[in-house]
Amino acid sequence: MKLALVGVSHHQAPVELRERVAVDLDTAASLARRLANGCEAVVLSTCNRTELYLACDHDSPLDERGGRALVDLAGDEGAALAPVLYRLRDDSAALHLFRVSAGLDSLVPGEGEILGQVRDAFEVGATGPLLDRLFRQALYTGRRARVETAIGESPASVPAAAAALAQQVFGSLEGHSVLLVGAGKMSELTARNLRSRGATISAVANRTLEHGEELASQVGARAIGLESLVAALADADVVVASTSAPGFVVDVAGAAPALRARRGRPILFVDLAVPRDIDPALSGVDGTFVYDIDDLEAVVEASLAGRRSEALRAERIVASEAERFREWQASLAVVPAIASLRAHAEEIRATELAKAEARLGRMADDDRKLVEAVTSQIVAKLLHLPTIRLKEAAAAADGVVYADVVRHLFGLGEEEQQS
Amino acid sequence: MAELLVWPALIAYGEAAFAYAGELRGPGLGGRLATWGVRIGWLAQTALLVVQAIDTEGFPWGTWAGALNLFVWLVVGAYLIWGCRPRYRLLGLAVMPVAAALLAAAWAGGGTGVATRDEPGGLLAVHVGLMLAGFAGLTLAAGMAVLYLWQERRLKRRDAQLLRLRVPPLEALDRLSARSALVSLLVLSCGIVVGLASFEQGDFDAAMAVTLGIWAVVATTLVLRREAGLRGRRFAVLLVLVLALVAVVLPLTHFAS
Repeated sequence: MKLALVGVSHHQAPVELRERVAVDLDTAASLARRLANGCEAVVLSTCNRTELYLACDHDSPLDERGGRALVDLAGDEGAALAPVLYRLRDDSAALHLFRVSAGLDSLVPGEGEILGQVRDAFEVGATGPLLDRLFRQALYTGRRARVETAIGESPASVPAAAAALAQQVFGSLEGHSVLLVGAGKMSELTARNLRSRGATISAVANRTLEHGEELASQVGARAIGLESLVAALADADVVVASTSAPGFVVDVAGAAPALRARRGRPILFVDLAVPRDIDPALSGVDGTFVYDIDDLEAVVEASLAGRRSEALRAERIVASEAERFREWQASLAVVPAIASLRAHAEEIRATELAKAEARLGRMADDDRKLVEAVTSQIVAKLLHLPTIRLKEAAAAADGVVYADVVRHLFGLGEEEQQS
Repeated sequence: MAELLVWPALIAYGEAAFAYAGELRGPGLGGRLATWGVRIGWLAQTALLVVQAIDTEGFPWGTWAGALNLFVWLVVGAYLIWGCRPRYRLLGLAVMPVAAALLAAAWAGGGTGVATRDEPGGLLAVHVGLMLAGFAGLTLAAGMAVLYLWQERRLKRRDAQLLRLRVPPLEALDRLSARSALVSLLVLSCGIVVGLASFEQGDFDAAMAVTLGIWAVVATTLVLRREAGLRGRRFAVLLVLVLALVAVVLPLTHFAS
């Protein structure tokens, strides 16, 4: 059975080309069904790549079909797309999918979204024995890489870094409140990240109350004016600031009464604004932690470096899984020979047993069961080692030769040919 | 037999102390090796204490070295409750070097053998056990306070590598150290009450006075935490100071009396 992959990704193609071949899940499903046409097909489309995985058990120009499908999808950009398409076959295609699933082919190594996208593509694909096994193993590889290495643990963006820092201070964010100062995009992203980890957005403080209300309604908070900010500090555990104010919105003198009211409870200021909103001198106050945009970017850079070093360990996991898949795929070549051999042996056993029974006369049920069990065990034991050896030989690339030898030695299939 | 068991315990604790230092460079093998060192060492020391209890007539941990031996076992046992969790592994960096050093001191002072013959009453044995357990809990609380101060410093300095190490959240360290101190205070209180029950006129000495002083300081610290919001850095510093007081003053007064 042959496996082919045709695709386009962020490595070679700019976004203008990638967006022409990006498809949603429904389109991916219908395209997979159309491409399969008696074979197997899965369409994986993410923001960084669109890939067609095709498998067939007869010689078919799989990658040509896949390439044509992608060029057709690109429409008038088809000519520009053709040179940046990549084509991989069998082991290389499997290795590529395993790397994609483990997040090793992503812009941010180990990013978590890709595993879900691979699962979705698999679920709507037109799969058969080969692609079913391939995608299941790819999902397993992705999970294994994330469990056995720290590739997906550290934050890869400023909002995620802010949320991870909040967890370093407070642990679980359940029951902790967040105050947003300013209603910018970055504030919103950080708020969403904190909310996804259990924090509650208590208030959005903004110079223009209407803008604040818009964001507040989205995150389930109340909107307040900047004049009420200091009072709100007393109840907030995390403050995310991103206004366009020219000077500090929160300074030491202004925040002092609110910090006193906190009675030693820690507070984290995340300052995403340039110029800064939070007076850095606040970090000198007990229990107060201040991070500005440069600090957060340094944390992200350090954690990305950590991910890259973990990627080397993940590559080893991917390589071992790709080898396991190769062995499985190679063993497919000897499966028909093994099946024929076992069927042949079973036929001989049944015939000889029937002859013996004719000579001996009808056996009692218990005796018959005993003889059945003994002869079946003899056949199973005799064939056990040849079966194992055949599979090993298949993994070592000699499988077809061995399968032919077995067919020749035992005359498998000769009767069918004679008839 | 007892002298043979002290070596695996010492070696395993020493290995754990070094391996925890490796955990500082990055989580992984170092931490796992250290945790196994703690487990194996603690089992070996448990066996040592069992052999001491069986082979010694009377209370085997009545001398300062014997008490130190039991104290180390209690500290490491209490640490094991948290230490097996990956996030709390670095606490071992504060606990295990101290444990290894104290066990070595106990061995050097003859507290790990069976030759010791001390015949205190049953109440006094309970008193010693409770006091040691209380001080062991305080040591653990101070260990968490040290970890708190270290992690707080990293957060204040905005260390870019902050997320690379698995360290418990500041609030959890603060809460756990306070709870450990509270439990230790209760155990110490029980120990003091049992001690007073076996107290005879003229027995009162400097060590007892210092113990009562330490009890008062810990109790005041916990009351201030509850009533005046003394928490975080200031609470951690106070706990470390209390342990320093215990470590310096108690042995001095013990040997003086």
